[in-house]
Amino acid sequence: MKITIDEDRCCGAGQCVLEAPDVFDQRAEDGVVVVLDAAPPAELHEASRAAEQLCPTAAIEITE
Amino acid sequence: MTTGRIAIVGASAAGLTAAETLRRGGWDGRISLIGDEPHEPYDRPPLSKQVLAGKWEPERTGLRAADALDLRLGTTATGLDVANRRVLLGDEALDCDGVIIATGVAARTLPGEARGAHVLRGLDDALALRAELANPGRRLVIVGAGVLGVEVAAVARELGHEVVVVAPEAAPMERAVGTEAGDLLAEAHRAHGVQLRLGEFVDGLLDDEGQVRGVRLTDGSEITGDAVLIAIGCTPAVEWLRDGPLDLADGIGCDSYCAAAPGIYAAGDVARWHHPVLGRPVRIEHRMNATEQGMAAARNLLAELDQERFGSRQEFTPVSYFWSDQYRFKIQAYGDLAAADQVQLRVLDKTDPGAPKAAALYRRGDSAFGALSIGIPPKQARSLRAAVATPQPWEQALSALDELAD
Repeated sequence: MKITIDEDRCCGAGQCVLEAPDVFDQRAEDGVVVVLDAAPPAELHEASRAAEQLCPTAAIEITE
Repeated sequence: MTTGRIAIVGASAAGLTAAETLRRGGWDGRISLIGDEPHEPYDRPPLSKQVLAGKWEPERTGLRAADALDLRLGTTATGLDVANRRVLLGDEALDCDGVIIATGVAARTLPGEARGAHVLRGLDDALALRAELANPGRRLVIVGAGVLGVEVAAVARELGHEVVVVAPEAAPMERAVGTEAGDLLAEAHRAHGVQLRLGEFVDGLLDDEGQVRGVRLTDGSEITGDAVLIAIGCTPAVEWLRDGPLDLADGIGCDSYCAAAPGIYAAGDVARWHHPVLGRPVRIEHRMNATEQGMAAARNLLAELDQERFGSRQEFTPVSYFWSDQYRFKIQAYGDLAAADQVQLRVLDKTDPGAPKAAALYRRGDSAFGALSIGIPPKQARSLRAAVATPQPWEQALSALDELAD
């Protein structure tokens, strides 16, 4: 699994952090998503996919 | 009899997410996704922001579609046979195991038509208004001071246009955030040079041989402008369901599982469902809800079709979320801000009236149900969400405001 993000799209909702706190964080100054682990281990795949799907601006993209 | 097909009517965020959730959930039958616009599915929030400002081209708003869809663009659903789960597309009828309705809302408008009078709901609307604003030095009259109206006001000011906002409310975004926070936003917009005509009622468009030249108020006075944006809210797109048995009082009435009838679910702007935590029916026109409810409706439909394979249905109990970008500040809201008995607003920094920093909590009964942040970094504002995710006792929730102030 590989996670890429589009910073310009991110609105700072933070839904990804609520869903997968081991994979995502937010920049302190503007809330833009920070990927903590761009290739997370198998046990975090489901939460990562949920974060991708929940993102209200489709800023997260996951490829296998 | 199983047909091997689920139809989703509406190919915007809610419908698209429902399709993706059906696939991810293990539905291996057909998924027919029906959208009445000719465009590939796209995202709406950027329309009043990045697209209107000319920062993004339309392609950038594209949303990913799930794999292996029977995608019908430019196709309008004309009816639904609820008892037989049959979607009518003109002369064609689709027999389905289940149906998810995600037809969204349509912009309300004023009587009459004129060049230069706009609404902003779809991509084509956004491009038409953007073309208007590409001419320098326009005077734009915005009818309505809701989230859309004031977002466009901010963009138009930043493009250097003269902007007048006219609305019956006492403050911008009053219905979304209440008067206290709305007053702060009024100050911010005035600081940026927007002329606010609040507490005034628009009667209709003024036009000069088919070209708009402003609006007429109910007291007979006029506000002139080169272009008019009508941003007075939306109406659920349910006309195609009128002849059927569904409850269409305000959108499609659903139970707490987002079901409108056996095998028929609804999601997104068009769905009014019973929120068990809030204890009342709600219909939410926010982007985040489209995604979350699209997921919930799809999962519950699968569970209804085959509980053994897909598990049990779950009530849909989201903590609502919306955001708005205006000038250089961001507004974020969590939970239920409507129907508050009391609003506690804390202004954290007022040195620049054009860029306020504030937070607010919304009380109903003895608990905090809603939270709002203005101009606060999103990561910091997330602490407010915790105060309302499970409605906290009011006094306890107030400490979240104290922590932000420190």
